[in-house]
Amino acid sequence: MSMVIDASACSAYVLTMRVEFHSVFPLRRARVHEVCGAGAIAFASMAVRGHVLWIREAWLSETLTPQGLLPLVDPAQLLLARPKDQVDALAVAEEALKDGALPNVVLDVTRPLDLREGRRLQLAAKAGRTTGLCIIPDGMGSNAAETRWRATPVFDQEWEDSTLMRWEIIKNKSGTLGVWHVRWNQQTSRLDVVSPVGERPDFTGASG
Amino acid sequence: MWFPRLASDRILRARPVDGPFVLTLKANNTERVYCLNQAAERSGLIRDMSFADARAFCPDLMSQPARPDLDMRFLATLRRWATRYCPWVGYEGTDGLVLDVTGVAHLWGGEAAMLADMRTRADRSGLGVRLGLGETRGAAWARAHFGDEHSTLTDLPVAALRLEDRMVTALQRLGLRRIGDLTAAARAPLARRFGPELMLRLDQATGNASEPTAPEKDPPHYATRMSLPDPIGLTEDVMGIAARLLTPLCDKLKAQEMGARSLCLTLRRVDQGCQKVELRLAAPLRDPTRILPLFKRGVAEVDAGFGIDQIRVEATQVEPLPEQQTGSRQNSPDQLNDLITRIGTRIGLENIQRFLPADSHIPERAFSIASAAYSRPESGWSALRSRPISLFPPEPISASGSQPPVQFRWRRMRLTTGRAVGPERIAPEWWLPDDNWRSGVRDYWKVDTREGRRLWLFYTPQTPGWFVQGEFT
Repeated sequence: MSMVIDASACSAYVLTMRVEFHSVFPLRRARVHEVCGAGAIAFASMAVRGHVLWIREAWLSETLTPQGLLPLVDPAQLLLARPKDQVDALAVAEEALKDGALPNVVLDVTRPLDLREGRRLQLAAKAGRTTGLCIIPDGMGSNAAETRWRATPVFDQEWEDSTLMRWEIIKNKSGTLGVWHVRWNQQTSRLDVVSPVGERPDFTGASG
Repeated sequence: MWFPRLASDRILRARPVDGPFVLTLKANNTERVYCLNQAAERSGLIRDMSFADARAFCPDLMSQPARPDLDMRFLATLRRWATRYCPWVGYEGTDGLVLDVTGVAHLWGGEAAMLADMRTRADRSGLGVRLGLGETRGAAWARAHFGDEHSTLTDLPVAALRLEDRMVTALQRLGLRRIGDLTAAARAPLARRFGPELMLRLDQATGNASEPTAPEKDPPHYATRMSLPDPIGLTEDVMGIAARLLTPLCDKLKAQEMGARSLCLTLRRVDQGCQKVELRLAAPLRDPTRILPLFKRGVAEVDAGFGIDQIRVEATQVEPLPEQQTGSRQNSPDQLNDLITRIGTRIGLENIQRFLPADSHIPERAFSIASAAYSRPESGWSALRSRPISLFPPEPISASGSQPPVQFRWRRMRLTTGRAVGPERIAPEWWLPDDNWRSGVRDYWKVDTREGRRLWLFYTPQTPGWFVQGEFT
């Protein structure tokens, strides 16, 4: 037996039930969200507002640079925690989420979170009224996450210093899914939604 | 109590040397003899001679640079030791102690027995000491430096009055060689000739003018301790006692306007074993209600064994913490500092960091990472050109030529260059050795790939090669 998926019907469904960007994007407070994809770090720095604790395990050789973060978030508002493994990283994240001294906690996850760990983070965020964001490798999310996003950079033919990205919400506990193309506006320090993907001319398919 | 060779004795106690030994101190651009041992004195060396002369006199001379700060600390240790004889002990110059032994000599079996005890103990620990006992501080000083405890004050030379060299020479020229000569002479012409200082020193030695001994204050000691009649083992009990110990400790800190930066809770068990709970704080603190919860995690891990019968809290590191006006605005940094402390007890306080600006055009040195507990956030960030959001160690890609490759493979991805912006040439900082920059100058390119990734590539013209070092937003 074979099953046929009607691709056109699926896309029509997405278009009609499109969720408004502003209803999902400033990420809901007191919840833990997840993001994956090549643009995850950029997504995280655009999603946080105010002070942030960024937890990265100490053995990761890739470092954030304050100069690169500068257009998105003030480096003076950033605290880094370098725990030695993920157990410590999760403990630090839970402590910081529960405490509420910092409104945002970003956690770099290196191995899949199980439901218990995800749920503990969720409860901690609820207790401290803080926003948590886990940067996860593809497919390593936890079921407890409020939303899960995939952020991928997109080649922009028109603009040179472009920050055009494709943000796709691939899991949403309180709503439907959606896709947006966004660009960071440096002058106003805010995010511009360029246009929904369905209404854009298809030039991204030029990949080789 | 005069220690004529305090500095060299301090060194030689730790490492004895046979033969002449001197300590040298650089003054006015010449090495001079600062302190010397007896063997060096015997071979004709004197204090303050130049070190080159000393070596000419004595070819097998051993030497070491002097450390007056450590000598002062050693003298402070000796001062504490000397309080075993009497409570009033002060410093006398940089190499002596003055003890006010009024009314304590009988405890040691008389003055002679006390001096003998001092001398034995000093000899045993390898310290040369000269003792002088007198009715006044001046007389004691004179006997210690110029005689012994039996000499009569009037027989000592006038230099024993703590006078300037110039004045001593002038007095000797007048034929006044001994203190006895001075006391016999008429005061008025002497005072007119030499000024009031001579008379003051003379009166201080004979007891006609007072000269009090100022005892040095003991440095404040930030520790409290409680011994228990019966051993305890429950975490709540230990925390309860810690709370009772922290209150007086914090009161003491408050009186001195200090704040604890690190604390140590020592739990002594009945089997004499010791367990320590160390706590390092993100900011100086002296509020017991805030310190106590921070101990909870450490105390929970302690193995009480058969029970704990003594608990001691010590502030091992203190910092000045002036009184501050508190208000609702102060709340947030305190809460943040507490959070940093709590996280720090788990992952180490130095692993909580923040970025500080640094002055360099090398991308990985344009910022420094400092421990958040020991730095303040700084503004003043600037980026003249757009910089990648993440940097990684350079990853080589196969490409050639000074122009960015049209197609390349990176991290198992086949990427096509859509747009390349550059080059931006960055030269290594030759004044700082850096192995990563051995390959010479780098031409940086911002490459927007058609697949979306925006990468930071560089080309090294001096040793041709292409590398990927960062990724843009």
